[in-house]
Amino acid sequence: MWDYTDKVKDHFLNPRNVGEIDNPSAVGEVGSLACGDALKLMLKIDGDDIIVDAKFQTFGCASAIASSSALTEMIKGLSVAEAEKITNEDIAEFLGGLPKEKMHCSVMGREALEAAIANYRGVVLPMAEGEVVCECFGVTDIEVRRAIEESNLRTVEEVTNFTKAGGGCGKCHDRLREMIDEARADSTMKPIPVKGPKRMTNIQKIKAVEEVLEREIRPTLKKDGGDIELVDVDGDYVYVSLRGACGSCAKSRTTLKEYVEKKLREQVLDTLIVEEE
Amino acid sequence: MDKVIYMDNNATTRVAPEVVEAMLPYFSDYYGNPSSMHSFGAVVGKAVVEARERIAALLGADPEEIVFTSCGTESDSTAIMSALRALPEKRHVITTRVEHPAVKNLAENLQMLTGHSYRVTSLSVDRQGMIDLDEYEKALGDDTAIVSVMWANNETGVIFPIAEMAAMARKHGVLFHTDAVQAVGKIPIDLSSLEVDFLSLSGHKLHAPKGVGVLYVKKGTPYSPFLIGGHQEHGRRGGTENTASIIGLGKACELAKSRMAVENTRVKELRDKLEKGLLDSIPNAMLNGHPDHRLPNTTNISFEFVEGEAILLHLNNFNICASSGSACTSGSLEPSHVLRAMGVPFTAAHGSIRFSLSVYNNEEEVDFVLEKLPPIIANLREMSPFWKNR
Repeated sequence: MWDYTDKVKDHFLNPRNVGEIDNPSAVGEVGSLACGDALKLMLKIDGDDIIVDAKFQTFGCASAIASSSALTEMIKGLSVAEAEKITNEDIAEFLGGLPKEKMHCSVMGREALEAAIANYRGVVLPMAEGEVVCECFGVTDIEVRRAIEESNLRTVEEVTNFTKAGGGCGKCHDRLREMIDEARADSTMKPIPVKGPKRMTNIQKIKAVEEVLEREIRPTLKKDGGDIELVDVDGDYVYVSLRGACGSCAKSRTTLKEYVEKKLREQVLDTLIVEEE
Repeated sequence: MDKVIYMDNNATTRVAPEVVEAMLPYFSDYYGNPSSMHSFGAVVGKAVVEARERIAALLGADPEEIVFTSCGTESDSTAIMSALRALPEKRHVITTRVEHPAVKNLAENLQMLTGHSYRVTSLSVDRQGMIDLDEYEKALGDDTAIVSVMWANNETGVIFPIAEMAAMARKHGVLFHTDAVQAVGKIPIDLSSLEVDFLSLSGHKLHAPKGVGVLYVKKGTPYSPFLIGGHQEHGRRGGTENTASIIGLGKACELAKSRMAVENTRVKELRDKLEKGLLDSIPNAMLNGHPDHRLPNTTNISFEFVEGEAILLHLNNFNICASSGSACTSGSLEPSHVLRAMGVPFTAAHGSIRFSLSVYNNEEEVDFVLEKLPPIIANLREMSPFWKNR
């Protein structure tokens, strides 16, 4: 069992500021169902740039819920400029510390806050523009470098604890080690140029695939008494499960390839391969 | 601590009071070494012989086929490595995608351990956790050294058709090992009628203490020891016997034999009541694993849109012990390999909870869980950004 502080337990069992704000001034959303944790942060900001209310909805473990609750308590009453300075370490500290394997929960809090502030200012965050290093969790090199710098990370395990990068298949471990060495050799960080062709992170893929399934594919299948469920996305492979009438239909393979895959290639990414799990 | 409602018996079990009682004299009074020449040691040796007979009786085995080890993991390693050493020219191993790490991680690291490269076939399972026997039969080849397939899955309780699978392996001249750690004591097993060459069991899963296990080795099966040392276990496993625990395991096996009917009626009824109650009262909940081919004590249910660790800690607040296949509880960042192999969507795998009962549970406890869990799920869903827009 995790060794949680009393404060983590308190914020988990009695979370503060759960819910939604009507007509929020800013919304920040990070994470996904597939990743195992997600946070939606809503802010009410007045004319003087003061955060007068903050509410959250979180899907995740105890420390994710506690980190979200702590974050909302910390930022209420602050100006946007003050809130912007809050780091993940501050969130962890507010909670009396987090187990090292759970530091990514505090990082998620900070990221949601950044996303909300960017949303308030109408700007786009640079994170998603980086090169994807960890495909399992869709973590970019910009996020990894930032965590290495800010939290003074020295091992791949630490990078995983803070960013989740490297926590899946492990294929990116060598790359992460290189990045740690680079960052340590050159502690004055230079801006990272965007390399290679634009790729989608797994999270972006999952979101886009879900959207197309919901909007177009599912309604069509439902007309014939069928249904479809997204099981997993792994690189270019989209694993789905056909349900209802589709599950037993002899033509289901054709439906999958000629219809579902075609639609997803048109609307999400032209390299996707759809398979039934 | 208030009364604990323990429904995590696939993780470990309470040592039965009868077992503790049987063990105690062997710490303070009869502490001799069974290998000694004096009668003080021989008394212990006699008790070990008796324990071996009780274990053999539960398994339908001959006492000579029982080798004591330190745990299920040691038994698994011994069986697989023994087979590979006995058949060095064969470089293929068959296992499944849903094995316990004791077998899964061993199979994945054979090159490091043996210095030779092995081809490993990991059989897939369907949505209900069942194996395709045709796929299995096709995988069996002249090059196959050993098949290692668990009897029952620790996470879902799904039972594999071990009798058929062992017979098919024998037909192809392939050795067959089964990790039966979860099955022994819960379902009847008669090895005398099966073509199983190796079987692993672990004491602490059937109300004996931790730190004692058994490897069953069918007579005539090629064997080489894993732990090299003294002549104990007829040279099949070096190291002084863990006498008190072995005697405890003997008692636990005797108890298991006498309680087998209870396990499959009363415990099963409690499990079914819990399972039905949860599925009926909580929307977006689904059973993981085959509804029938399953251990009588285990249920694994996914609650969509919520995360397992959060559920467990709320249950913990009521002193209810269960476990989860979520990423946050697996020690990694990915949810259970068993549920993923079954094709359970991530959305459901993260919110999976396993309850595993024992003869020590009662209906009151089941009712208590049925009262407490639905509001926990409802609360967490209220908090989840995905619930309203599902």
